[in-house]
Amino acid sequence: MSAISARPSHAAQPSGSAFILKKALISAAVALVLFSLMIGVRTEAGPQGGLIYWTRFGDLAALVGTVFGGSIIIELLRQWWGPVDKEHIVPKPVQAAMSFAGRWLAPALLVFAFLVPVIFYNQRYILDLSILVLTYVMLGWGLNVVVGLAGLLDLGYVAFYAVGAYSYALLATNFGLSFWVCLPLAGILAAFWGVLLGFPVLRLRGDYLAIVTLAFGEIIRLVIINWQSLTGGPNGVSGIPRPTLFGIPLDNSDDGLAARLGIDFSPTHRIVFLFYLILAMALLTNWVTIRLRRLPIGRAWEALREDEVACRALGINVTTTKLTAFATGAMFGGFAGAFFATRQGFISPESFTFQESALVLAIVVLGGMGSQLGVALAALTMIGGFELFRGFDQYRMLVFGIAMVLLMIWRPRGLIGHRAPTVFLERNQAISSDLVKEGHG
Amino acid sequence: MDYFAQQLINGLVLGSIYGLIAIGYTMVYGIVGMINFAHGDIFMIGGFIAMISFLVLVSLGLTAIPLILLIVLLVSMVITALYGWTIERIAYRPLRHSFRLAPMLSAIGMSFVLTNFSQVSQGARVKPVPPIITGGYTLHEGPEGFAVQLSNIQIVVVLATIVLLAVFTWLVSRTRLGRDMRACEQDQTMASLLGVDVDRTISMTFVIGAALAAVAGMMYLLYYGLVDFFMGFVAGIKAFTAAVLGGIGSLPGAMLGGLAIGLIETFWSAYFSVEYKDVAAFSILIVVLIFMPTGLLGRPEVEKV
Amino acid sequence: MSGDPILTVDHLMMRFGGIVAVNELSFAAERRKITALIGPNGAGKTTVFNCITGFYRPSGGAIRLTDDVGRTMQLERLGDFRITKQAKVARTFQNIRLFPGMTALENLMVAQHNALMRASGLTLLGLIGTPSWRAAEERAIELARTWLDRVGLLPRADDAAGNLAYGDQRRLEIARAMCTEPVLLCLDEPAAGLNARESGGLNELLLSIRNDQGTSILLIEHDMSVVMEISDHVVVMDYGVKIAEGTPQAVRDDPKVIAAYLGADEEEAIAVMESGT
Repeated sequence: MSAISARPSHAAQPSGSAFILKKALISAAVALVLFSLMIGVRTEAGPQGGLIYWTRFGDLAALVGTVFGGSIIIELLRQWWGPVDKEHIVPKPVQAAMSFAGRWLAPALLVFAFLVPVIFYNQRYILDLSILVLTYVMLGWGLNVVVGLAGLLDLGYVAFYAVGAYSYALLATNFGLSFWVCLPLAGILAAFWGVLLGFPVLRLRGDYLAIVTLAFGEIIRLVIINWQSLTGGPNGVSGIPRPTLFGIPLDNSDDGLAARLGIDFSPTHRIVFLFYLILAMALLTNWVTIRLRRLPIGRAWEALREDEVACRALGINVTTTKLTAFATGAMFGGFAGAFFATRQGFISPESFTFQESALVLAIVVLGGMGSQLGVALAALTMIGGFELFRGFDQYRMLVFGIAMVLLMIWRPRGLIGHRAPTVFLERNQAISSDLVKEGHG
Repeated sequence: MDYFAQQLINGLVLGSIYGLIAIGYTMVYGIVGMINFAHGDIFMIGGFIAMISFLVLVSLGLTAIPLILLIVLLVSMVITALYGWTIERIAYRPLRHSFRLAPMLSAIGMSFVLTNFSQVSQGARVKPVPPIITGGYTLHEGPEGFAVQLSNIQIVVVLATIVLLAVFTWLVSRTRLGRDMRACEQDQTMASLLGVDVDRTISMTFVIGAALAAVAGMMYLLYYGLVDFFMGFVAGIKAFTAAVLGGIGSLPGAMLGGLAIGLIETFWSAYFSVEYKDVAAFSILIVVLIFMPTGLLGRPEVEKV
Repeated sequence: MSGDPILTVDHLMMRFGGIVAVNELSFAAERRKITALIGPNGAGKTTVFNCITGFYRPSGGAIRLTDDVGRTMQLERLGDFRITKQAKVARTFQNIRLFPGMTALENLMVAQHNALMRASGLTLLGLIGTPSWRAAEERAIELARTWLDRVGLLPRADDAAGNLAYGDQRRLEIARAMCTEPVLLCLDEPAAGLNARESGGLNELLLSIRNDQGTSILLIEHDMSVVMEISDHVVVMDYGVKIAEGTPQAVRDDPKVIAAYLGADEEEAIAVMESGT
């Protein structure tokens, strides 16, 4: 073994069928050991309370065989494709087509988004799914401010989503406040919690900040579960009022929208209204973020991600800058939470687990840190892809996890690997993500 | 006083389990600088494999409890270690020189994979196991009839932890592998220039961490008498909290943090409220980090300007 | 020393654990002059810089800055970012610290953060896009353009800072520091790694900053050609203490200085000097 190179060079990598076979055999052997007990033996609590088990050697053999075959196929593909870090020359026309698509993708998506309720008016499922995707787009854009721009790792983003949702739910059910009054309140409360958490902990670096935000997310969830008198505990809050069109309810009552317009009532009206509501909220988030990036505060966020020490040397107050990023992200999370509550009409702690935080973070990272379009595409891919597996209920999270690993290996820098400058003199040229730092906080 | 002593014992036992898992987090963090989110699930897999192998051994007609335990221990350590090795190989190695967040998300994905793999393959229901190590000692009989109990299983957990820690400390400080690990921790490029096989050393780190987690999983099984597919998440977060509390990257810190979290949890449940025990543990973590930003035993980060 | 000092370092002490990195150091930097701080590796020069610019809190002593309108500030009490924000002291780093993923222009815009924050009404006016904000932004871009031009990087304004050549990065870092509109500019080895032509250009740049902007400069430098050519006053440190100061000529001929650099006794140094000249 050569002492100098940590990994063998690609040129020296052996090929040939003997090598492939050997590799596949090793993979199969590893799979056999790994799955021997977990797949080969199935345990279950028996009728008397004790454990019983039965064997599934057929499944085990099938799985090991799959690994063997899969390993051969992957190795063949790899040899056909060549080394991963080799430059693959893309033909000129393809390049041109891609750059054209890149320029028109965002506007096209936007137009499509506006047309979704028109095209799919009678397909309730697609409308619901679109609302879900847009909710995650908004969450992704909100977290993007914290993680993508300021480079602060927040693993407890769902806490602010929960604060927003419960703020609206409790204010509306206890005090009868309307959605439009509660929406800003939900955002402000979430931002307030963001500042409250951020103030003492933002001087922590890197992974310490990560665990503190994770702990904070869990604390909020546990308090919601246990503070039964306020939050209803695990049972959640139900009967949350639906949003109104500035005071006009969207139901089949006499003063409902349908009656006033003199058209027939349809429950789809509300869905379409919710769709445009979340679309507007998401676009507002996007607009504010794009604006902020071009303002000194947004540039300071990005500078902070690039080099905190240099920021201090330029007279930037690092603590308040981090706090504003944290609070801004939290506020958008709070807005999204209020929307979630009014859309569902019922919320419970189950909706605010660490998995949600991880999902939103995955959307941001997969999108390409800091890229607004990337985040939208990633949300569409992840949530849409996740829905494709609705039929395979119990395998859904399994596939989701595998997809997350593969996507990270495929594109560690995310789908959109460029950073657009916020100001330019002559040429507005994108910056390769290889230069962009991802922050330490 | 008796009540206090009893809680102290319970807390130390729980803390030992957390400490064993925390070592895996802290080792991996020290050497590759990533949070191995899947480690809690490795612990869960260790518990499952211990449970299954125990069941199989008993049904094969083995009766000698010590022998069974020894085989279960070895089997779960070996298989779980292989899980650790495979995960590093598949999900982390391709991202080794990539961005900080990519391996972390890959790890979160891997954690979902493991949780749901065991749910799919072994079912969602809790798997109860009858008490295997029974009996114990009454240390002190109080006047109000409260007795301080020290059960055999508690002794086993603490003893196993001490023995493993001793072996582990020897491994890290006295062997060639330990020296390689410490070298890689300092500077991987330099270590590889000096002839350390970095890939192998990192693999071994995952293997050892997973083996320790397997022991923790087995202890959990013996102590609480059950395993379920979701136990890795909570235990993982607690152990990770312990590792950070102790100062991530520091091995004695991980054990100390584990004991601290175990004690906090037990005492909070005993004297205040069971519901808020996790809130207490997490809150104390936040408070400690505010005043000691690198944990109890962590090296302070020197900012080079 | 007479005159009008902008910066007075008075019995500065800096201890790290048991190690004394800077010991009872006193010196002054004159207004509109270039003061060089030189000394062998490990003499404690960068530590002094870190104390002046607030990255370290001194263990003892005082650092006073008197700005052009006569306000005096105790830098060791300001600390951190306030030294740049309020006392108007800017610095560069020995190992360049630009924002590599941002363009050269953006780097200079970040440097005007505090002025722009005020102009954007703490973001609110900027979010709406009021004319006053737009005008302020235009002015900021204009200032950045001026500095890019002065350091010869105007054609590279829209390139990522991380893509610039080493010498360009050094100059961009100085331009960035100047965009904070400082009264005192602290440069940590600005000529390190530059070739002869580049370091000649650097001399001109620093002289023009002193003459045209009236900014006082304090610099750490190893490159003696830079030190001798442009500095008005030189302070020599070794092992955390000041061993000599004076004009470049006076310092160059000081046997103690030569001894410190050669690591030899004073007598040997004198011998070397005499044989050399």
